[in-house]
Amino acid sequence: MTAIVKHRLFWPAVVLVLLLVSNVFFAPRFFTITLQDGHLYGSLIDVLRSATPLALVALGMTMVIATGGIDLSVGSVMAISGAVACLFIGDLSDQGSVGGVLLAVGLALVLSLVAGIWNGVLVSVIGIQPIIATLILMVAGRGIAQLLTGGQIINVSSPPFRVIGAGYALAIPVSVIIVAVVVAAAVLLIRRSALGVLVEAVGASPTASRLAGIRSRGLTIMAYMFAAVCAGIAGLIFSSNVASADSNAAGNLIELDAILAVVIGGTALTGGRFSIAGSVLGAVLISALDITTYTIGVPAETTLLFKAVVVVILCLSQSAAFRAAVFRRRRTPAVTPAAEVPA
Amino acid sequence: MTDVKAPPQPAVTVAAPHKRRRLDRRHIPVLATLALLALMYGLGVANYDNFSDTQVLLNVFVDNAFLLVVAAGMTFVILTGGIDLSVGAVVALTTVVAATLLNDGWPAALVLPLVLLIGTTLGLGMGLVIHYFKVEPFIATLAGMFLARGLSLLINRNSIPITDPFWTAMAQERIRFGPGIFISTSVVIALVVVLAGAFVLAYTRFGRTVYAIGGNADSALLMGLPVGRTRIAVYTISGFLSALGGVLLSFYMLSGYSLHAQGMELDAIAAVVIGGVILTGGSGYLFGTVLGVLVLGLIQTILTFQGTLSSWWTRIVVGILLFAFIVLQRLVTRRAR
Repeated sequence: MTAIVKHRLFWPAVVLVLLLVSNVFFAPRFFTITLQDGHLYGSLIDVLRSATPLALVALGMTMVIATGGIDLSVGSVMAISGAVACLFIGDLSDQGSVGGVLLAVGLALVLSLVAGIWNGVLVSVIGIQPIIATLILMVAGRGIAQLLTGGQIINVSSPPFRVIGAGYALAIPVSVIIVAVVVAAAVLLIRRSALGVLVEAVGASPTASRLAGIRSRGLTIMAYMFAAVCAGIAGLIFSSNVASADSNAAGNLIELDAILAVVIGGTALTGGRFSIAGSVLGAVLISALDITTYTIGVPAETTLLFKAVVVVILCLSQSAAFRAAVFRRRRTPAVTPAAEVPA
Repeated sequence: MTDVKAPPQPAVTVAAPHKRRRLDRRHIPVLATLALLALMYGLGVANYDNFSDTQVLLNVFVDNAFLLVVAAGMTFVILTGGIDLSVGAVVALTTVVAATLLNDGWPAALVLPLVLLIGTTLGLGMGLVIHYFKVEPFIATLAGMFLARGLSLLINRNSIPITDPFWTAMAQERIRFGPGIFISTSVVIALVVVLAGAFVLAYTRFGRTVYAIGGNADSALLMGLPVGRTRIAVYTISGFLSALGGVLLSFYMLSGYSLHAQGMELDAIAAVVIGGVILTGGSGYLFGTVLGVLVLGLIQTILTFQGTLSSWWTRIVVGILLFAFIVLQRLVTRRAR
């Protein structure tokens, strides 16, 4: 029992369940999932579906944070990816052609990859702090996306493209399947090989890992590439879901939500140990929070207040200094090792 | 290093100084910004009619007075090696609270200190959390950003017009130097803030501690400097100046809106970086930040004069400048080591 309670995903999971259960008081049919026209419908499915872009971005962010970095440009990369795909599809003579859509998707992902390489090179080769290095693309990227679309919202009517964000396969939303596949592939690649350990080593101590013969430079660039591609896919899901490219709305402030999801999942921002499952759980938790405020009927924007409270509580619970201060009162003074004395 | 007036150099000092008077490395980024500013201004004058009017330059100040104040606060934070993401949200909260209270009939003499106090308290709170609980500045101020933005949305989701006589008087008051040449009161306030800030950074014990923490916090602690107090004070100053920036913005806009100043934290950080403040802390000048704000303002002015270029070019140009200046910073600091 204590093993379960002490698991680092225990409290996020409890919060998620509490959030979901609290919905029942306002919407009695919250937990009912119905099968209509071979599609699953229900609020729980909505929670999962709306969590998909965030889950992908948070997955990529986890790897970057594990290397001790941070990626603020994910929202801009989402906007660029959606804009490129919609522009390409809009220029097709037949918007319904599967080949054309695949080409558009490929093009968007290649561009995302380039964005990731740019970030990675700035951080690991030129040696700029991650917050600032990715700030450049965050500022300029949205400008580039707006330049591409001419400041307009590009609408597309392409059934194959629509499948990515709004389609169903085997009664399950395609976007959820995409996320599941990406997460599974990432877990397999990262946890079943030495890659995860190497990334953790780089994040925990860049100097020690270099002395141990780990090529941290390549690993760091790969982490940023992975984050950018994840953001690219998220951008495709987002723009496919609304069948348009909106360079202002796509991925707006998602970098903050993604960082929040990663922190909720128990990955420390200082780098080192990371938890992919935790980040996905965090993303679902944030999505559930959004939907809960909606069902309860409070204005959607007040979720920001909830998020602020959640961030504060989580950060304090992760802070060793705070725990020391709290537990010092509970134990007898003699046993407690002196807490780090702040000047 | 015995020169008391100059802020201390970043941790590593250059051994065996050359007798020959050379360009001080710390000045290179600021001089680069100055050159860029002169270049941009020259281009503007050469290409557009009426660009050389004195008022065009003064309008850059008038339109960016609030950003100047906010960026001054950000300079203090970045000099200690921290970052404050909450400034834009605090600005928005200030405008919303001020507008709401004024519409409820509160006197301006009460509203003004109150909103400044709210911003200062938020800054103090973040500083306390950052110092005592050793939470990353990035995350603590992120929470502050969510909190302030959420609070302002909770108070009112719509734009609230301000009709208070004091506010409108401050908005319309112009200090004239001649026919068609004027500045607003906000510019005066912003310049006072900058001068006071520059004085504090250069000539007070507190200012030198700020540089010392940015250079190396551990060394500063071992030297017996009040690291904790200074670090908390820096975030408090940033909170106060954000609230003051919010007041200036509400003078400028004559409205309170929870979506005011979106992304202003990025503008402020960009201005500080372009102004040559080293992001790891410990080196840079408030004067550079003023130049950074002027560069951002001139970009917008040039785009307005050009007329055919869309506003999103601003973002792209700012991104390119950020990149250029950060790379320059790396080169300067690397050569110093």
